[in-house]
Amino acid sequence: MRRITFEQIACAVEKLCIEANTIIGDDVNNALKRACNQEASSLGQSIIQKILENNDIAARESVPICQDTGMAVIFVDWGQDVRFEGSDIKEAIHEGVRRGYDKGYLRKSVVQDPLERINTGDNTPAVIHFDLVPGDKVHILVAPKGFGSENMSALKMFKPSEGIEAVKKLVIDTVDNAGSNPCPPIVIGVGIGGTMEKSAILAKKALMRTIGTSNPKPHLAALEKELLEKINGLGIGPQGLGGTTTALAVHVETYPTHIAGLPVAVNINCHVTRHAEVEL
Amino acid sequence: MKGERIVEAKKIKTPLTREQAKELRAGDQVLINGVIYTGRDAAHKRMIETLDRGEDLPFDVQDAVIYYVGPCPAKPGQVIGSAGPTTSGRMDAYAPTLIVKGLTGMIGKGLRTSAVIEAMKEHGSVYFAAIGGAGALMARTIKESEVIAYDDLGTEAIRRLIVEDFPAIVVIDSQGNNLYEQGKEAYRKK
Repeated sequence: MRRITFEQIACAVEKLCIEANTIIGDDVNNALKRACNQEASSLGQSIIQKILENNDIAARESVPICQDTGMAVIFVDWGQDVRFEGSDIKEAIHEGVRRGYDKGYLRKSVVQDPLERINTGDNTPAVIHFDLVPGDKVHILVAPKGFGSENMSALKMFKPSEGIEAVKKLVIDTVDNAGSNPCPPIVIGVGIGGTMEKSAILAKKALMRTIGTSNPKPHLAALEKELLEKINGLGIGPQGLGGTTTALAVHVETYPTHIAGLPVAVNINCHVTRHAEVEL
Repeated sequence: MKGERIVEAKKIKTPLTREQAKELRAGDQVLINGVIYTGRDAAHKRMIETLDRGEDLPFDVQDAVIYYVGPCPAKPGQVIGSAGPTTSGRMDAYAPTLIVKGLTGMIGKGLRTSAVIEAMKEHGSVYFAAIGGAGALMARTIKESEVIAYDDLGTEAIRRLIVEDFPAIVVIDSQGNNLYEQGKEAYRKK
């Protein structure tokens, strides 16, 4: 049995919080560069150039890409042959978030009670998703989520008879209604199937996929392509000021579901689609 | 718009008078210079409660420009941390009251309600968009920052900023021309 300590987890999470918030992935930057060349609006082009310049400054000076350094969403794949040495794995993760948001000069955006709204002051708690997997490794992925885009997301339980057309309409209408609010060019995660909460988690996980990759199932890859084309035809454009780049990617993930249901979740991410990961 | 040419950004200075605001048109790129004030959800709620009690606001809103932002903490040697705009729509319930009191400029991102736009048209105010997510870039144009009210609100406190060539785009002008609608319409595939 491999052993992993409280400190190992806390240190890893601390580093990932800072890294995710200051360094944007090459896949996102490359997608932005491609979009800049293809964008029909010159104002849109100049906005994408400024976004790329911003990403450079953030990485070079190790400052947050966006002032909304998000609520820390953390996916942990815990190998079933790993033993945790300490009292509470979740507390080790929260301690990492606390240290990372403090040492990285990241904004603390979490309120303790959603109705009373008092800031917790240390950006905890994180939203943690655990998965128990075979093996003796622990994989941790930190994805800070800003709420300009999170607020524009949607979830709907369709009847099976409504089918694919209802799915497409929900995704496109959600993006169209969101307009400029989620800071386009956006990335769209779509989760189809499972139960209500499973579809939402699938949609969130879909945002983590490398931009430029397609779902391996051909019918889903075709759906992603069709949705991206239609969304870029909405005219919203960079920052919603008009143009041909509204989204950089649409990622669709699915899970088996019940004979009576068709849950669909649409999770929107801004162009600051951040995540950082490590394997211990 | 389609076929638009790249136009040099206009330099503007605060305080922004109604006469100056009227010169600005939706689509203009501007570089803002001078004092601007920060405020977002919790600060706006408190400002309106202050007015309801018949008390004075923590700064003079006459000809003022307000920036909807909740910055990151400053690293040592920095004036302010990353400071990009937040979604303006959450301030829509409060904005018309401040516009009536003399506010001429708002900087944020995203759509505004018709009530805000009507107040802007009636009183000659203008709405600027800054680039959402480009907080590191914008922080560089902020030369001074001082918390002047509601310190307990942390990132949501009211700050007095001095900015040099802060980049923004006029999205809704004092006549109600709205680049969010016009831009989308111009590029929408029918």
